[in-house]
Amino acid sequence: MPKDSGIGASSKRREDVRFLTGKGQYTDDVNVYGQTYVHFLRSDVAHAKINGIDTSVAETMPGVVRIFTGKDFEGIGGLPCGWQVTDRHGQPMQEPGHPVLAQGKVRHVGDPIAAVVAETREQARDAAEAIGLDLTELPAVVNMKEALKDGAPKVHDDLSSNLCYDWGFVEDNKAAVDEAIKNAAHVTTLELVNNRLVANPMEPRVAVGDYNAANDESTLYTTSQNPHVIRLLMGAFVLGIPEHKLRVVAPDVGGGFGTKIFHYAEEAFVTFAARQIKRPVKWTSTRSEAFMSDAHGRDHVTKIELALDKDNNFTAVRTETYANMGAYLSTFAPSVPTWLHGTLMAGNYKTPLIYVNVKAVFTNTVPVDAYRGAGRPEATFQLERVIDKAARELGVDPIKLRRQNFITQFPYATPVAVEYDTGDYTATMDKLEEIMDLSGFAARRKASEAKGKWRGLGVNCYIEACGIAPSNLVGQLGARAGLYDAATVRVNATGSISVMVGAHSHGQGHETTFPQVIAEMIGIDESQIDIVHGDSSKIPFGMGTYGSRSLAVCGSAMVRATEKVIRKAKKIAAHLLEASEADIELKNGKFSVAGTDKSVDWAGVTLAAYVPHNYPLEEIEPGLEETAFYDPANFTYPSGAYACEVEVDPETGKVTIEKFAAADDFGNVVNPMIVEGQVHGGIAQGIGQALLEAAVYDENGQLQSASYMDYAMPRADDLPFYIVDHSSCTPCTHNPLGVKGCGEAGAIGSPPAVVNAVIDALASGGKNVGHIDMPLTPHRVWKAMNQ
Amino acid sequence: MTKISMTVNGRQVTGDVEGRTLLVDFLRENLRLTGTHVGCDTSQCGACTVHVNGLQVKSCTMFAVEADGAEVGTVEGQQNADGSLSTLQAAFQEHHGLQCGFCTPGMIMAASSLLKVNPKPTEAEIRHHLEGNICRCTGYHNIVKAIMAASGQDVSKIAAE
Amino acid sequence: MYAFDVTRPKTVADAVAALAGEDAQALGGGQTLIPTLKQRLASPAVLVSLSAIDEIKGVCQDGNVLSIGGGTTHATVAAEAGAYPALAALAANIGDPAVRSRGTIGGSLANNDPSACYPSAALASNATIVTNNREIAADDYFQGLFTTALNEGEIITGVKFPIPQAANYQKFVQPASRFSLVGVFVAKYADGVRVAVTGASENGVFRWSEAEAALSASFSAAALEGLTASADGLINDLHGDAEYRAHLIKVMTKRAVAAAK
Repeated sequence: MPKDSGIGASSKRREDVRFLTGKGQYTDDVNVYGQTYVHFLRSDVAHAKINGIDTSVAETMPGVVRIFTGKDFEGIGGLPCGWQVTDRHGQPMQEPGHPVLAQGKVRHVGDPIAAVVAETREQARDAAEAIGLDLTELPAVVNMKEALKDGAPKVHDDLSSNLCYDWGFVEDNKAAVDEAIKNAAHVTTLELVNNRLVANPMEPRVAVGDYNAANDESTLYTTSQNPHVIRLLMGAFVLGIPEHKLRVVAPDVGGGFGTKIFHYAEEAFVTFAARQIKRPVKWTSTRSEAFMSDAHGRDHVTKIELALDKDNNFTAVRTETYANMGAYLSTFAPSVPTWLHGTLMAGNYKTPLIYVNVKAVFTNTVPVDAYRGAGRPEATFQLERVIDKAARELGVDPIKLRRQNFITQFPYATPVAVEYDTGDYTATMDKLEEIMDLSGFAARRKASEAKGKWRGLGVNCYIEACGIAPSNLVGQLGARAGLYDAATVRVNATGSISVMVGAHSHGQGHETTFPQVIAEMIGIDESQIDIVHGDSSKIPFGMGTYGSRSLAVCGSAMVRATEKVIRKAKKIAAHLLEASEADIELKNGKFSVAGTDKSVDWAGVTLAAYVPHNYPLEEIEPGLEETAFYDPANFTYPSGAYACEVEVDPETGKVTIEKFAAADDFGNVVNPMIVEGQVHGGIAQGIGQALLEAAVYDENGQLQSASYMDYAMPRADDLPFYIVDHSSCTPCTHNPLGVKGCGEAGAIGSPPAVVNAVIDALASGGKNVGHIDMPLTPHRVWKAMNQ
Repeated sequence: MTKISMTVNGRQVTGDVEGRTLLVDFLRENLRLTGTHVGCDTSQCGACTVHVNGLQVKSCTMFAVEADGAEVGTVEGQQNADGSLSTLQAAFQEHHGLQCGFCTPGMIMAASSLLKVNPKPTEAEIRHHLEGNICRCTGYHNIVKAIMAASGQDVSKIAAE
Repeated sequence: MYAFDVTRPKTVADAVAALAGEDAQALGGGQTLIPTLKQRLASPAVLVSLSAIDEIKGVCQDGNVLSIGGGTTHATVAAEAGAYPALAALAANIGDPAVRSRGTIGGSLANNDPSACYPSAALASNATIVTNNREIAADDYFQGLFTTALNEGEIITGVKFPIPQAANYQKFVQPASRFSLVGVFVAKYADGVRVAVTGASENGVFRWSEAEAALSASFSAAALEGLTASADGLINDLHGDAEYRAHLIKVMTKRAVAAAK
C-alpha cells in the first residue's frame, strides 16, 4: 500500500491551488506604489566601440524620469564571478570586468548600453529610441577556435587573449593517459558539438527595485532561484549595500532551470536606480529580450577518445573541449565545463585513466552558464556517444559493453577526483530492460518497417554529482562561496510549524515535500506545517536551489533543525511527565514514557514551551525554535539507465520518439509523484536538446534563433508518455534522509539515448552514419543519410 | 483613450484604454486579474490564453478594444460556484499537471476549451490541441494525463506499461 | 508598440472609408500584425479592425464553388468548409486553436507570408480573390514575398474556391514556428491538376508546373517519380537549405496525391 502522508507518500501539492486559480504571486504581479518602468537600450551589434551616447533629446520626452548610462556606474562594482578556475599551469583564469551598463565597448547583441526610466513602459521605450548612439562596429568573434587564433579580435582589450583558461584534469594523469591510448587494442574517436541552448523558463525575468529613504533600506523583488546569493553578490560586490539594509524577495518564480541562479545587470540596475530617483523601478523582460540577456547553456565543442583493450575493457578516456563563456563571465560560468564536467568523465565505468582538457573561450555572444544539468549533460553525452560508437565499431552489443565496464564496488574513487559513495548500475540497467520491454524491440522494429519507417533503439547510462556540496571541497576548487544550506524550524505555541528554508521552490514542490519530512519525524499532520522561502528578511540564510540540491542539502538542514526541536521538546515532555528524558519516546505526535501509559501530545508540549508555567526554566529556555546549517560531506551520486526508441522517416529525415524509459536510482524518495514529474520535465528538455533546440549565431554575432519563431521549444505533440521508474534504490550514505536529488537527471540522461537511437535507426536502413550533431532536425538527419 | 466595457468571469467591467492596449494588459493592469500571464511576444507560448465569447484566444494577440462588449473568461473564473476546484483543475492537482505554475492558467483555459467541443479527447487530440501552449516543466506527460482524467478516462495504465 | 487608434467599422463601406485616412492599416485577426507591432516594425496611425464586419464572414456553397468571407476565421473554415475537405483540413491545422479563433482567411491572403498555408490552397484551386471593388484570379494575385495585387486600402471581402474532384494539403512544419517549411496543395479538376507550393520559395507561393503536367496526364504519385523540383530561388535558413526544401516539395507532393480525395 502506498503511504498517504509523510516520507514516501505522493502527497498532492498544496501550492497547486493558488496556481490553478490564478492566485500565484509572480514577480511581475508585484507592483509598488509610485513605480516607474525601465527600458534597456541594448546593443544590436555584437562588438563595437562606444564613441558617444547622446541622451539630450530623449531626456526631454514625455514621462522620462532619468536616463542612465555606463558613466553612472563608474566607481561602482561590476557583476562578480563566483568561481575562479586555476589553469593547467597553476595560473588563475583571465577574469574581465562586467559592468552593469556597457562602458567603452559593447560585446554582444543585447549588451545594455543605456537605461531609460519613465512613467510608463512605452514612454521608456519611446525615449530609448531617441537616444543617439555613436558606435564604431568592430569585427566579432563567434567561433571558439577562431577566437583563439593569433590576431583574432579581442573581446576584452585588457586581457592577453580570448582564452579564459586552459584547464587540465587530472594534469598528473596526462602522460599515462597518452601512453594508454597509444597502446590500446582499439581507440574510438568522436568529435561533437554540445549545442548551445536557451533555458527558457516560461516566466521571463522581472526585477523591481524599491528604496525606503526613512530607514535607508533597499528591496529587490526578483525572479531568482537563490535570493540570498543575489543579496550577497549585489550587496557586497556591486552596490556596496550591507546585508541588513538590503532585502531580496523571490516570490513565486515561473521556472528557473539554472538561468535564474545568476546575478544579472538588471537586478543591480533597478536596485541602484530606485535609490537614485527615490522611486520604485520595474523591469519586465520580454521574451525577445530574454533570448539576448538570459545566460545561455552548454555550447561545447569536444573531441573524445575512448581506449579499449582486446577484451573490450575501457582503459583510458581523453577529451579536449572548447567551452564558450560568451562575452563575460556569468556568476558560475567557469565551474560548469570544469568541476561540473571533468569530474564526471568516469561516468558509470571503471576506466582507470582519464584526462580532460578544457579551453574556456570568450566570444561576442551572450554569456553561457549553468543550464539544467550544467556540465554533467556535456560529460554524459560525449561518453555515452563514444561508447555507442565503440560498440558499433567493434560489433558488440552496446548494453553488454556498458555492463562489462560498470563500476560494481562502492565506495569507488574515480580517477577524476570524486568518490561515489553508493550505486548499483546493473540494477538500473536490469530495470530498464524490463520497463522498456527490450525483448520486444525486434517486433516493434518490424512493425515500423511495415509502415516505411526505420526504427532505432538507443540506450545509455548516466551518473551525476549533485546535492552541491561540501564547502571545503568546492572552496579548494575555486568557489568563492560555501555551498551549505540552512533551515529554521519555528514551532508555534499551538503546535503548528513554520519552516524557513534557504532552498527556493520554483516548480519543485518544496511547499509540499518538505512538510512531509517533518510530519514523518514528529508524527503530526502535514497541514500543520508551512514552508517559508524566497525572502531574505524571513529566512536565516540560504544558498538556494540548483544542482538538484534542495532536499539533499537544505532538507538535511531542516532534518537537523527538527532533530534539535525534538530533543528540546523531549526535555519539556520529560518535565511535564515527571520522567527521565531518556525514557521519553515520540511517536505519532505523542510523547510517552516508555513502559507506562503516561503521555502528553505534541501541542501540549509546544504550548508549555510558550506558556512555561510548569517548565524546566533552570535547564532550558522557553520557546521552541531551532536553526541548523548543513554542509554535506560529499556530493550525492544519482545514476540511471535510459532508453529511447525512435522512428525515422527515410523520406524526410523526421525523427519521432516512439518510446522512452528511464530507470533511476535517486536513493530514498520523499514524494514519488513529484520525483516522477521532475524526471518527465528533464527528459523533455533532453529530448528538446537532442531533436529541436539550438541557439545559433551567424558569423557577425547575430542570434538567428532569437524567438520562438526560430528556437524550437518542445510542444506536447513532440513528446510521448514516458515510462519512469525509481525503484532501484541505493540510499546516499552521508545525508540523514539518504536522498540524492532528481531535478537534473532527466536532462542529463536523455540526449545520448535519443541520438544513439537515431544512429541505430539509420543503420537499420543501411545508412551507417558515425555521428550527427544535435539538434537532430529533419534537415540534419536527411543530410546525414544522403551524404 | 477609448471607453470599453465587457463581462469578465460574469462581472461587468469598464475601463479606458489606448488603441494599443492588449487584452492581457487590460486584464492584468486595469482589472488586476494577474492569473493570465505573458510568456512571449510572438504569440506562441499560450500562457495568456483566455476565452472570448466562448472561444480560446491569446489575450496578448488581441486588442482590448476588440473585446468591447464581449464575454471574457479567465483562469480566475474557472472554479465551481462554491469556490472548489473545477473537475479539470482538480485533475491537474491530482495528476501533478503543473510545476512552476506559470503556463498553468493558459493550459487550463486551452484544455477547458477542448473539453467543451470534444468531451473525451484521445491522447493525440489533446497533444494537437496544446500546440499553442508551451510548458517547460512537466514534459506534458502529466498535463495530457490530467486532461484525459478530467474527461473521465482511465489513466491508471499510462506509463505503467 | 507605437501609439495608434483602433476603429471597428461594421460595414465594408465604412472600413474602406476609414482606410482612406493617412497611415491607416487594416487589421484582420491580428495574429501576424500584432506581433509585428510589438516589435515596432510598423507604425500605423489607425488600425481599421475588420472583425466587426458581419457581411464578410461565413462560408457558403453555390454549386461547385465554395465562397468564404474574407473575415472568416480559420476555425470557422475548419468547421464549415466540409464541401471542400482539403481546405477545411488545411484550416484546421493553421497555427494553434487560439490562432484559429482569431486569424482570418482574408488576413492571411492579404499578408501573403511565404510560409502561410492559405496561399497554397488559393493558388492550387485557382480561387478568385474578391475585394471591395474587383475580383482577382489567384494566378494574378500573388506577386512575391508579402506582396499581392491588392491596392492600398483594398479589402478582401471574400474568396471563391472552385471545388475540385480531389485535393489534399501536406504540410511539413518548421519545428519552431510551426509554419510550413514546405507545404504542398494538390487539386485535381476536370481540366487538369494544379500544384501550389508554400514555405519553400524566396518569392512566396508558386506553382510547380512540371508536376502539374505529369499529374494531369496521370494522377498518381508514380507519375512524379522522374521529376525533381528545382532548388533555384528556394529558401536557405536555419531549418533547411534549398536542396532539402526542393526534396521535400517532391515528397510532400507525392503524399498529397496519394492522400487526395
